[in-house]
Amino acid sequence: MSTVSEPDRVESADAAEQESTAEVVQNQSQANLGELAAKRTPVPVGDREVVLKLDDVTVSYSGSAAIKAVSMDVFRRHVTAFIGPSGCGKTTLLRSLNRMNDLVPGAIVDGTITYHGHDLYDAGVDPVEVRRRIGMVFQRPNPFPKSIFDNVAYGLRLHGMKDRLDERVESALLKTGLWDEVKDRLKSSALALSGGQQQRLCIARALAIEPEVVLMDEPASALDPIATQRIEDLIGELKDDYTIVIVTHNMQQAARVADMTAFFSVDVSAERGGRNGVLVEYAPTADLFIRPADPRTEAYVTGRFG
Amino acid sequence: MSAATPPLHLRSSTGRARRRRLVGRGMELLATLASVLAVALLAIVVASVIKEGAPALSWDFFTKAPAPFGQTNGGIANSIVGTALMTAMATAMALPAGVLIAIYNVEFAPPRVAEMVRLVLNVLAGVPTIVIGIFVYGLLVVGSGQSAAAASVALAILMLPLIARATEEVLALVPASLREAGLALGGTRARTVVRIILPTAVGGIVTSAIVAVARAAGETAPVLFTSSIVANLVSTDVHSALGSIPLSIYVNSESPSVHDQQQAWAAALVLLVFVLVLSIGGRLLSLRTRRQIERMR
Repeated sequence: MSTVSEPDRVESADAAEQESTAEVVQNQSQANLGELAAKRTPVPVGDREVVLKLDDVTVSYSGSAAIKAVSMDVFRRHVTAFIGPSGCGKTTLLRSLNRMNDLVPGAIVDGTITYHGHDLYDAGVDPVEVRRRIGMVFQRPNPFPKSIFDNVAYGLRLHGMKDRLDERVESALLKTGLWDEVKDRLKSSALALSGGQQQRLCIARALAIEPEVVLMDEPASALDPIATQRIEDLIGELKDDYTIVIVTHNMQQAARVADMTAFFSVDVSAERGGRNGVLVEYAPTADLFIRPADPRTEAYVTGRFG
Repeated sequence: MSAATPPLHLRSSTGRARRRRLVGRGMELLATLASVLAVALLAIVVASVIKEGAPALSWDFFTKAPAPFGQTNGGIANSIVGTALMTAMATAMALPAGVLIAIYNVEFAPPRVAEMVRLVLNVLAGVPTIVIGIFVYGLLVVGSGQSAAAASVALAILMLPLIARATEEVLALVPASLREAGLALGGTRARTVVRIILPTAVGGIVTSAIVAVARAAGETAPVLFTSSIVANLVSTDVHSALGSIPLSIYVNSESPSVHDQQQAWAAALVLLVFVLVLSIGGRLLSLRTRRQIERMR
């Protein structure tokens, strides 16, 4: 098996199509990217509170490292973007943050990932408890084949948050801007919604159980530009209450929504001819796009590579 | 186009080309005939059973127990009740067990173990039904006598691999993204199976049960050893042997009485219609379920 991560392979069929769209967007002028990034107001360093701390994290599938030796901090109520070319392991890394990689046979996480100082991979840690606090939104909308209401209520019932159920469902739908669109048909199937609505429903479903962190794996890549815009606006609003980590293929998107951006790349020079993903540079979004410190980052953001 | 182009032969004028074309046509014809034969066989079976059986059908046929030898206007009510009871009991045993096996295989078992279980199920599905019959005979009938309950155990053994394999196929169709969604919301695997996977696959599970019922209702060998010495009375006592439709076909067809032989045809017609309706219904339901699941992918 190559180092292309398991989840990446699963989604490859659609991803290929979406990437080409993403590329079209990426080909817009570099000035545009810089302008977008410059609008991000840098958060004062002193106010940063570390939520997730990655120390020398390596994730391997069946012995080959998909991403290697990553050390970085994820800050509270920041939007952190993971960008980089296909196969650089950014999705793999994201999935290791709430132990979704546990589901992939042969996946091993080395190094330490701490959440408020607690090692997520400590022997006694229950992945179910981790995922309760660190939610996830996937690349393709995956609503349950249930009613809109039951989709949002699912996690609430799961965690015994059954008091004020209607209220909590409404509040989650309000947060994602879906309430007005669906309030009259809460009992109808979630599968009848459009792709963009389905994705906002999935975000509402994740928010309903009041997680602290929301991981988003290319949440807009299966959506049209208007639906994408809504998701991006939504991420901007959610930042006030949640810590968000988003993987994206689209640099414009990172520049538009992220406070911090991590650029990953593929290190082909690795031993045994393997391809390891590596973290190249992690910085406030404006710095990363306007004054990249690493020549590889510069090459990527100016469109000369990737 | 240049004048030097050699003449083009698009017609198969050479011997070899003609032979190849003939062989191709021949193969196509043979394959078509084979398919026609399959359809024709079913049509002939259905037609002859209708032709022989339909005249003997009457209200009494469905509501009365067999008449004593030499008399007419009896029915097969005892066999219909017996078959209904035995397949119902067999389903009650085989359905939960089969679904649990499928869940284990798809959701929990390590790949190698799942492969082993699958192999065992396939072997079990291939065990001749007479062997299952004699096994249950040795296990439950010797010493305590025949009973519908024993027969339903034999039928359940027959149905178990059918239900488990078919359910497993449907569960595997449920998109992995739904499992991920359930787990990402902080659900356990078991909870995700019960709340998400099973409801999504329920149509397919029902189909697997229907098809297994259709199969069990028509089996003779398992009931031959376990529930064949029967009184010609309508009874619902599952501790005693009860009649069944396949058995009544067999017994009546052996009878010297012409009336009884007609009864056998009529019983065959009832069984055939029952099985056809279940099979076709099951297939349609299965198509619907599959289409619904496809939409989620």
